[in-house]
Amino acid sequence: MLIEIAHVSLILTLMLSLIQFSIPLIGAKHGWINWMKLSDTTAFLQFVLTCFGFFILMRAFIISDFTVKLVALNSHTMKPLIYKITGTWGNHEGSMLLWILILNFYGFLITIFGTRLPAELKCRVLSVQGLISAAFLGFLLFTSNPFARELAPPIDGNGLNPVLQDLGLAFHPPFLYLGYVGLSVTFSFAVAALLQGKIDSSWARWVRPWALSAWMFLTVGIALGSYWAYYELGWGGWWFWDPVENASFMPWLASTALLHSAAVVEKRNTLKSWTILLSILAFSFSLVGTFIVRSGVLTSVHAFASDPSRGVYLLIIVFLFILFALSLYAARFSSIKSVNQFAFFSRESGLVLNNLLLSVAALIVFIGTLWPLIVETLFNEKISVGAPFFELAFTPFIILLALLLPIGIILPWKRGKVANLKSNLLTVAILSVISGSAVWSFQTGGRILAPIGASLSVWIVLGSLFDIVKRIKLFEVTLLNSLKRLTKLPRGDLGRFVAHMGFGLMIFGVSAVSAWEIEDIRVAKLNEPYQVEDYTIQLTQVSEFAKFNYITRQGVILVKIGDDIITTLFPEKRFYPIQITSTTEASIHSNIFRDIYVVLGDNKSQDFWVVRTYIKPFILWIWLGASMIALGGIISLTDRRYRLAMFM
Amino acid sequence: MLNRKRKRVKLILLGLTLLIVSAVLIGYAMKDGIEFFKSPSEIVRDPPAFGKRFRIGGLVSFNSVKVLNDGSVSFQITDNSSAIEVHFSGVLPDLFAENQGVIASGTLKNENLFFADEVLAKHDENYMPKELVDSLKERGVYVGPIEK
Repeated sequence: MLIEIAHVSLILTLMLSLIQFSIPLIGAKHGWINWMKLSDTTAFLQFVLTCFGFFILMRAFIISDFTVKLVALNSHTMKPLIYKITGTWGNHEGSMLLWILILNFYGFLITIFGTRLPAELKCRVLSVQGLISAAFLGFLLFTSNPFARELAPPIDGNGLNPVLQDLGLAFHPPFLYLGYVGLSVTFSFAVAALLQGKIDSSWARWVRPWALSAWMFLTVGIALGSYWAYYELGWGGWWFWDPVENASFMPWLASTALLHSAAVVEKRNTLKSWTILLSILAFSFSLVGTFIVRSGVLTSVHAFASDPSRGVYLLIIVFLFILFALSLYAARFSSIKSVNQFAFFSRESGLVLNNLLLSVAALIVFIGTLWPLIVETLFNEKISVGAPFFELAFTPFIILLALLLPIGIILPWKRGKVANLKSNLLTVAILSVISGSAVWSFQTGGRILAPIGASLSVWIVLGSLFDIVKRIKLFEVTLLNSLKRLTKLPRGDLGRFVAHMGFGLMIFGVSAVSAWEIEDIRVAKLNEPYQVEDYTIQLTQVSEFAKFNYITRQGVILVKIGDDIITTLFPEKRFYPIQITSTTEASIHSNIFRDIYVVLGDNKSQDFWVVRTYIKPFILWIWLGASMIALGGIISLTDRRYRLAMFM
Repeated sequence: MLNRKRKRVKLILLGLTLLIVSAVLIGYAMKDGIEFFKSPSEIVRDPPAFGKRFRIGGLVSFNSVKVLNDGSVSFQITDNSSAIEVHFSGVLPDLFAENQGVIASGTLKNENLFFADEVLAKHDENYMPKELVDSLKERGVYVGPIEK
């Protein structure tokens, strides 16, 4: 019965979303306050009802209510409780419901944090949100109803996929969705502004916190997903240029550009129409991403069972939203005037370049991701676009971006002087070239990538530090005074500093691991040590034991340098008898200099085992950098001017 | 006003340059970055040049999976009319199994031996890579996901 009530509550939400779309919009047009006010109520009710539906579904998963088809297919009585809960969104229907829940959560947040917004703008924003909600609720209810009943409920359920029983995997979709769907808010703000025909710096001040939070969650989601792939897939790769990864990366690139261009609108009230376009594009990428992931049209390690009718419905939604927003943009383009000018050497120009580079990078990812679809449609030839394509076409633009960054942050708004630039950054430039050459001479052979990466990394880190040092007048005034200045810095600037430092560290991590990683695969004899680089690896024992719902075969591997024991690693191979599948669990010893990553393979005989060892220098810096980037976003969010814009 | 226009032209030129550079890069990268998908029968009928990268897809032949002396794995990919032997030194995906669908990417070493550097298998019980489903359907050996 509860299940049917939950189903009805979603149908009600659909009605509410249609009301939220239409009535306040008409109200805003005619200035009828009461009609406009309606959207606060509907947004709140939508959120409550979707929550109700979602938690009833979660309850069905927890109590293993197999009369619900979705639960019967995707859960199992033997599943640990935590995976029963996360299983709620570990399938197509549930994850779409989560998508809608988060969308309506953001709608609700707009009513809370938007009390300072002009009433007309707010109700138009909520109206667009209502339309998005309606489209996706329609998709959910008509093509992927999570509450469909199972007429012959099984006793144990069918979903115990061991690969999906992993915390990293279970928790990265909510973060990704908080990011993906969060971009709907900036989209709605852009469309609302176009409908109103009024965009100024206060608009940017309202939009930027939303863009920042969405971008921050997206960063966390992508980093979590990448870390999961790293330790779970068993061969130590951390980014695969897989369509589903790209689907989250495109909105990330676009929203990164958006953050930077919105800064220009906020500070200088220029670059407005471009910022509007980016807000539209960022969410369009989210929509395209949702389509790629949910329709299963592209081969991906992430893909789930797909159903063509869903793909078509989604494609229509995605197409209509993008078409609608872009036509509105084209129609209103000329009414958006940017008045302020800037010189060629200025912060504004730097940010324009940043935006161009990020957009081109996003375009390349977009083309590479969709190319197989295009080729198959046009030439009926099946192809896939792999990592070599992206590495070659994408990397140059990121290198350019990295080169520009320290110059951009040191340039003043409006007009800068080339001479100032030289005197400020010459030392930093020399230092980074020196560190690059040091790395170059230090490595024997190896790829050119590592010295370039090291130089860029030092360039960004020192460049960012230099900016801060100058701002707090370190060494010019007393240390105490400098610290005081540091705490007085606007949080936005501090956040920018932290995020840029993170980007610098990440570049080093990426280039170091791709240039210097070492891979060793061999059949190892028990207790016979062998060398991998400086490390002595010794497989001392392999034993089997039964765990909760699997049997594990665990190796014990001693890692030494000379006679010093560095660590003991326990790679596993798990066998899940109910599913007749096995999973490989790598064992990793991490520190900031390198990861030692071992995997136990099959056995040739009692004493001979396949062992894979990877030494991954500085790989932790990738996620360290990503965390700092996200942290920078959080710090910026606490900036005083956003608090003022929201609450006072 | 003139200055404004000039600036806009400069910006547009810059954007265009970047686009052209990216187009050239894309074209250049496509040469190496693209892999064609072939079934074992297609390979036997018309073998691609040795050393050229492509993807091969089919079912893992029953009883064909062996561990070689260097620790790599050997198995056969079949579409029930032809079969190709595959050597792979990486870590097999967890859902890799005999009689199950699989996609391997790599290069042909000789007419019957394929060196793979990546192997994709099913991600969940119901999912099969799309190219594979199409290719198996063409050959009439596709069995759809079991309706549970």
